[in-house]
Amino acid sequence: MTTTTPTLPNKRFSLPFAIKVEPRLDAPAWLGPAVSLGAIVIALLLGAVVLKLVGGNPWAAYAHIARAAFGDIGVFSDTLVKATPLIMVGLACSIAFRMKLWNIGAEGQFYMGALGASMVVLIPIAPETAPGWITLPLMLVAGMVFGAGWGFIPGWLKAKLKVNEIITTLMMNYIAVAFVNFFVFAVWSEGGFQMSKTFQKAAWLPRLADFAKEIKLFRGLTTHAGLLIGIVAAVVIWYILYRSLWGYEIRLIGDNPRAAQYAGLNITRNTVLVMMVSGALAGLAGMSEIAGAVHRLQTSISPGYGFTGIIIAWLAKLNPLVVIPVSILFGGLILAGREIQPSGVPRLIQGIILFMLIASDVLMRYRVRIAWTANAQ
Amino acid sequence: MATSRNAVEMRGIVKRFPGVLANDRVDFDLRAGEIHALLGENGAGKSTLMSVLAGLYKPEAGSIFVGGEPVSFNSPRDAIARGLGMIHQHFTLVPSQTVTENILLGLDEPRFLMRLSAYDKRMAELGDRFGLKVSPQAKIWQLSVGEQQRVEVLKMLYRGVQVLIMDEPTAVLAPQEIDELFKTLRAMAGEGKSIVFISHKLQEVTAIADRVTVLRKGKATASGLKTSETNRAELAKLMVGREVLFHLDKKPHAFGEVVLKLEGVRAQNDKGLPALRGVSLTVRSGEIVGIAAIAGNGQSELAEVITGLRQATAGRVLVGGDDVTNHSAALAIQKGVAHVPEDRTHVGSAPNLSITDNVIMKSYRHAPLARGWSLNRLAARHRAEELKEEYTILAPSVDTSARLLSGGNLQRVILARELSAKPKLLIAMQPTRGLDVGAIEGVQRLLLTQAEAGAAILLSSEELEEIFALSDRILVMYEGEIVGELTEHDAETIGLMMTGAKRQPPGSLA
Repeated sequence: MTTTTPTLPNKRFSLPFAIKVEPRLDAPAWLGPAVSLGAIVIALLLGAVVLKLVGGNPWAAYAHIARAAFGDIGVFSDTLVKATPLIMVGLACSIAFRMKLWNIGAEGQFYMGALGASMVVLIPIAPETAPGWITLPLMLVAGMVFGAGWGFIPGWLKAKLKVNEIITTLMMNYIAVAFVNFFVFAVWSEGGFQMSKTFQKAAWLPRLADFAKEIKLFRGLTTHAGLLIGIVAAVVIWYILYRSLWGYEIRLIGDNPRAAQYAGLNITRNTVLVMMVSGALAGLAGMSEIAGAVHRLQTSISPGYGFTGIIIAWLAKLNPLVVIPVSILFGGLILAGREIQPSGVPRLIQGIILFMLIASDVLMRYRVRIAWTANAQ
Repeated sequence: MATSRNAVEMRGIVKRFPGVLANDRVDFDLRAGEIHALLGENGAGKSTLMSVLAGLYKPEAGSIFVGGEPVSFNSPRDAIARGLGMIHQHFTLVPSQTVTENILLGLDEPRFLMRLSAYDKRMAELGDRFGLKVSPQAKIWQLSVGEQQRVEVLKMLYRGVQVLIMDEPTAVLAPQEIDELFKTLRAMAGEGKSIVFISHKLQEVTAIADRVTVLRKGKATASGLKTSETNRAELAKLMVGREVLFHLDKKPHAFGEVVLKLEGVRAQNDKGLPALRGVSLTVRSGEIVGIAAIAGNGQSELAEVITGLRQATAGRVLVGGDDVTNHSAALAIQKGVAHVPEDRTHVGSAPNLSITDNVIMKSYRHAPLARGWSLNRLAARHRAEELKEEYTILAPSVDTSARLLSGGNLQRVILARELSAKPKLLIAMQPTRGLDVGAIEGVQRLLLTQAEAGAAILLSSEELEEIFALSDRILVMYEGEIVGELTEHDAETIGLMMTGAKRQPPGSLA
């Protein structure tokens, strides 16, 4: 027996350092934003490599995207218009996902919200001559009720019969779209076209351009009051999730339903309620889009906002306040997609950003340490 | 260096985890044909050391020799190839497949045709050789935990291991099953195989092992001690570094009125099979009633029925005279029923929420934590900080996620929550399972204090010693029935009752 440390005879080639991954016990507050920002930068660099490989000039492309989405107040206003419904569907997904309710049906709830809001104008529930302060709140309530109703069905099925909500919400998207199409084609079609008549001005959400007389800068800007509604909704949802008793219940059920049950919480009731709130938020997005941007009921009012909402919710780490900047970024990318050719590029960047952000989550949960090995001194 | 009579030699093993030195220059050697116990408290580094040997972890420093040759394992597969196999506490079996299929899983045989009958025969022969009774054609889900463990052993034997490492194999077994396991282990040692027996139970170690290595806080405090030349007191001292109090001071006190009363309660388990077959019992204020039963004999369902988590199919549950049968868990909490659940990670806590959020789980709806519809976060934090202090919860802060806490600290969080509500009735399920000796003593003292303060306590534990130490009265459960009631500490009678070999005549039970 010798006391010296025995060396292994067949020592393989090894790097002078070892990369160690250890779980983090505590993460400082600045780490989250820093990691996310780093992920976006890396995503843009990777996108640049791809653009270069296909023979493009990445910097010119990026500059163009930036100009097309954020270049001046006019295009930025358009970006905000795109971001408005995204904020609300992002919130819809965030609150449902917090409780691990996988609501993939924001798209359908969006359509139903739009339908509900349109009914107020097209049946009409509020007469054509009614002022905006009557018509618009009615539309808002109708949109939220229709969205909530569309969320109630899968919520109730899940709570009472344990039906998988992913399947039901997804399938109900198609039903909602077909349902809206029926009304567009068969009931409210204007001269056989696939759209209703344009709403009266009282059913339009106020735009910045409406105040151009008072403030010259606002001339031609299409940003509408829906943005304000979205921001208020984000603050309300944030307060519910992080400051209210109900939000505590949602977080507890989401983290461990068995513990929640053990603590005496009513999971059935909360499942239905959260699905309804989620649906109401998506319905609100539909109402805001109809009353703020489209001004009529027509087919394909959404280029998949409800699905983009899922991505936004994840990128925002289900934090309602972070949903706002993420939605603006995505609004910009959607807008830029129209502006530049080939339009696949912003989508490619969206995809890479998403991948990077999801991958960066590892850094939030683990610490990566580079340890220099002893014999490399 | 390595002497030839050693089957395995480990020298200067160092293994680090974040913030913990799990193994600090540990030496360990194992002779051919011996049963070697690895003794230590929870978190002493026993499982880590053996996981290093079994190829699960790579050590930061140190070397391993098998049969005198230096080895370096990258995976358990490498270790098995050198004849080293480990059986973990949590089994790795496929429930819907047969015993034979499970044993063959991951092997290159049969090559093409699934002629399992021939293999069934070989498995049966192998089982007979070592006294491992289990039907090769049985599906895993049909087997008891003890039988499943036999399948794990067979799996290793079939792979031809010479060194078998068993991580706390007796934790899930009934006393009679433990005896059978010990017979098997002796038969294997008789054929020249070496066995590492990881345990923190002194009496088992002295009963089965030839030699013992003791770990404390990652360091070996004794290496290869002959069990014939030592005793339990010495081992306990090596294990915890101080003399262990095997005795708790129990102050005699009078019992009050009946707090919990069950009348002919029946209930089903998750599979829809009868789990409780007419259970009647009473617990009085200030009294600790111990339930002695082997896992799966209805004690879990009993706790769930009382706490409103499971429906009774017949009978009545009365708490403080009020009928709470088949009401909600919320009502039970409101009636002053506290519940330390059996499964502290999956039922008792929310892993990703903070300590604060975990301690307010049952009281958040009341002032001062609730302020109208909103949660008073300052008050919640304040409450958590008080409890953290009072129950010595070791964590960086009350914002630390529950999943990052050790088993003992998590249990303290749960106890803090349940006991601070000043319950009238406490249902304590396995309150000290998996805790180290020091922590066990702390938890047991907390329970006694609660009883002295007038709480009625229904205690279920797999450790008979704990039931003896704490209970005023012991009820023995077997297959969903109470088969005996004792006040004296007669381990043998209780053991026979727990396994269904003996029961008191039904008329003599309350």
